[in-house]
Parts: sequence; structure tokens; C-alpha cells
Amino acid sequence: MLDNRHFIARRASRYFKVGDVVNLGIGIPSLCSQYTEKGIMFQTENGLIGVGDAATDVMVTDRACNASSQPFVPMPGASVFDTAYSFAIIRSGRMAATVLGGLQVSAKGDLANWATPGRRFGMGGAMDLCNGAKKVIVAMELLAKDGSKKIVNECSLPLTALGCVNHIVTEQCVIDVTPEGLVLMELRRGKTPEEIQAQVEPKLLISATLAEMEE
Amino acid sequence: MAQTFTGTRPNHDRRDDWGKVRSREEIVAQFRDGQTIAIGGQAGVNYPWRLIDCILESGAKHLTVYSIDAGDPDYGPGRLVHAGRVDRMITTHIGTNPEASERMLDGRMAVELAPMGSFMERIRCGGAGLGGVLTKTGLGTVVQEGKQVITVKGERYLLEEALYADVAITRARRADVIGNLAYRGTGTASHPIIATSAALSIVECDLLCDVSEIAPDEVRVPGIYIDMILA
Repeated sequence: MLDNRHFIARRASRYFKVGDVVNLGIGIPSLCSQYTEKGIMFQTENGLIGVGDAATDVMVTDRACNASSQPFVPMPGASVFDTAYSFAIIRSGRMAATVLGGLQVSAKGDLANWATPGRRFGMGGAMDLCNGAKKVIVAMELLAKDGSKKIVNECSLPLTALGCVNHIVTEQCVIDVTPEGLVLMELRRGKTPEEIQAQVEPKLLISATLAEMEE
Repeated sequence: MAQTFTGTRPNHDRRDDWGKVRSREEIVAQFRDGQTIAIGGQAGVNYPWRLIDCILESGAKHLTVYSIDAGDPDYGPGRLVHAGRVDRMITTHIGTNPEASERMLDGRMAVELAPMGSFMERIRCGGAGLGGVLTKTGLGTVVQEGKQVITVKGERYLLEEALYADVAITRARRADVIGNLAYRGTGTASHPIIATSAALSIVECDLLCDVSEIAPDEVRVPGIYIDMILA
């Protein structure tokens, strides 16, 4: 059985379609590439589309490293560009999706994921990704480590972007952000909508097609 | 007339005055207190390691640094932070360098955090004779504070102003002796952009090439942007 992090990553990766170019954030999102089928290309924002398998032995080089310094082997069809061009691509609206971690998501789909009161590490590329990607998928555990709610009426932490989130994938449920509000789309086996509602602040709508998450 | 080899023939590959190739001593002498220095590289790899050494050796302090990240503690651009040489940084994240975080929180170093795409565009503008760029990135966030919001064709954008440094230090895979530069893979990163946006652009290269050894189509940064090469 998958641990929570891998379980979330596998579900988030189900949003990708063959032909998509996708950017994965650090943490849980970076695990998504382990669960995707062939034909999806991953961008690394330092400047390459077509991140392939982890490099080993003599294939390890500084000339093929992702934004987390992990060496890889570029896949056939890969392309290289500088970091300004890389973010031009991100803002262009042509990236099919980005998967990011989250600290808070609001009822309107605002995302906060780069700073807490005591820690302000920087937004890196997250603000541009939220601005430009066609689909913003937040992959995170439903509750914070201290048990506090992460899906809230209004974000109290510094925002990454307003109204940018499309899907929230957690270890217990999948929630979509819609103009009508947050809609519970999928439930983990054994969980009830009431149990989920107790862990999020905004009132959840229940999808007419509420499904069980793949185990 | 036959020449006799005496063992004192010049080694043309080793000259420090070959085109824009300069001696390490001359490059060290370029760094001064109070300068703004833009540094290429990202994510723990592909920094201009030897040029960062040159800054440390120069003793220059009270620096303002533009860099995508702060490196790691005492590693990459983090060496300048660790040595207390940096008063101010404009960067996109410092999460890999807890020492930079500490210095920001206790006020020893001022840090302006910028979205990565906007940071790169500001640098690009500096090297392209532009005053700034309009982007939606950062609208409605702390990034918007103190910036103009401009409406174009009914859409709101933030005005992000250009950044231009006193000195840029970058790394290229190949440089020819007039400063034409070529890169490889993710070693490209921010380098070709950073290299354009400073009054003095110094590059270190992995491989030094003869003029025309880098084919014109392979040149990513034309030598017009480059002032000095550390071979």
C-alpha cells in the first residue's frame, strides 16, 4: 500500500493526458512523475522540457539537473532554454498543468504555499506557475502537521496567487474549486463526507458523481 | 632558414591577454565595496565557482547580490553570505540556505523576494535597454506592494522594473576568446540572461575556444556583451 505522499501523488498524476507538458513542484508533487504514463513531458523551470529518468554513474552531469539539483537523463525530444524563456513558456498558458504543495487553500481557490509567520523562504517559480498553467493542482495532506485546517475560508498566510487552484488532492479526498464553491469529488474508502467537512472550514458541496479514490 | 627550438616558444593557449581572456589577478581587482553583483546559476549546480572565489579574495563587502537563490550555507552564492559580504539580496528563494534566512530575520541582510519569472524578466530588461515589464504574476500578493498596476487592453498587470548590475558573473560551457558563449543543457539556466545585464560582464568557461570554433548558430550570448573571460 502506498504511503500518503505517494497516494496523493499518484492521484494528482491522473489529471495528465498524453501530450501534456507539466511542471512539478518540490515535495509530494515531485513524486507524480513515478505514476505517469509515457507521452507526458515534464518541465524543469531552470530550463528544459523532457526530464527523463534519474541519471546514474557517468551520465551524471551538471548539464542535466532539475531545479532540485537532481541529475537526470533528458528524454528523446527534450528541449533546452534559459530561465527567462522557461518562465515565458510557463506564463504563456501552454503548460497543461502544474502540481504544487499547499499551506492553505481558500474557498475561492486562493493559494498560500511559500511563507509562514516564522519562515519566509521565497516563492521561487510558484507565483508564475499559478499565473500561467492551465490547471493548478494542489497536492497536500488535508490537515497541517499541527492538526490545523489547510482548506480555509480566507488564507491568513501570504498568498501565492488569487483564485488559481483547480483541484485539491489529499490523502482523504479530492476537492474541485468551482464558481459555486468547493465541491467534494472523490472520497477515500471508509471516509464519509461529514468526516471531510469537519476538517475543512468552507461548506463543501457534494458532487452528484461522488466517487471512491483509487486504492 | 631552419629554426632551432630553444624551449622558450610561447604557449598561445596559456596567455592571459588573449582577446578578452584576463589573468585571475586582474579579475579579482574588478570587485569593490558597495557593488551590485548579478550571479548566474541555480539550485546548487552550475554556479560560477571560480568567480565567486575571486569576489571573496578581493575582500569586497557591502555588496548587493542579484541571484535566483542564495545557494546552500557557505556554498555557491552562499559563500558570500556566509562571509558577511552581502548587505542586500534580490532573489527568488532562500530555502536551501538557512543561514541566509537567519540573516534576513535578524536584519543583518536585507532580502527582497521576487517571483522567479519576474526576476528573470527584470534582468532581461536590464540587458535589453528596457525599463521594465508587465506581468500578472504577483497580482494581489505582497509582491504587488509599492508597484504600479497598469491596465492594458482591459487586463491588469504589475510593472516590474528592470535590474542592471555593476558586475555580472556567469559560467558558460564554452567561450571563444572574443566572448561568444555557448551552453549545454540545464547548464544554460540564468547565465545567458544574467551575462547581459551589467556594466562589466565577466564569464568563466569550462572550455576555452579559438575564434570561430563555436559555430555562429551555436552562440547563445554574442561576445559584444562580454568584457572579461576567466579561462
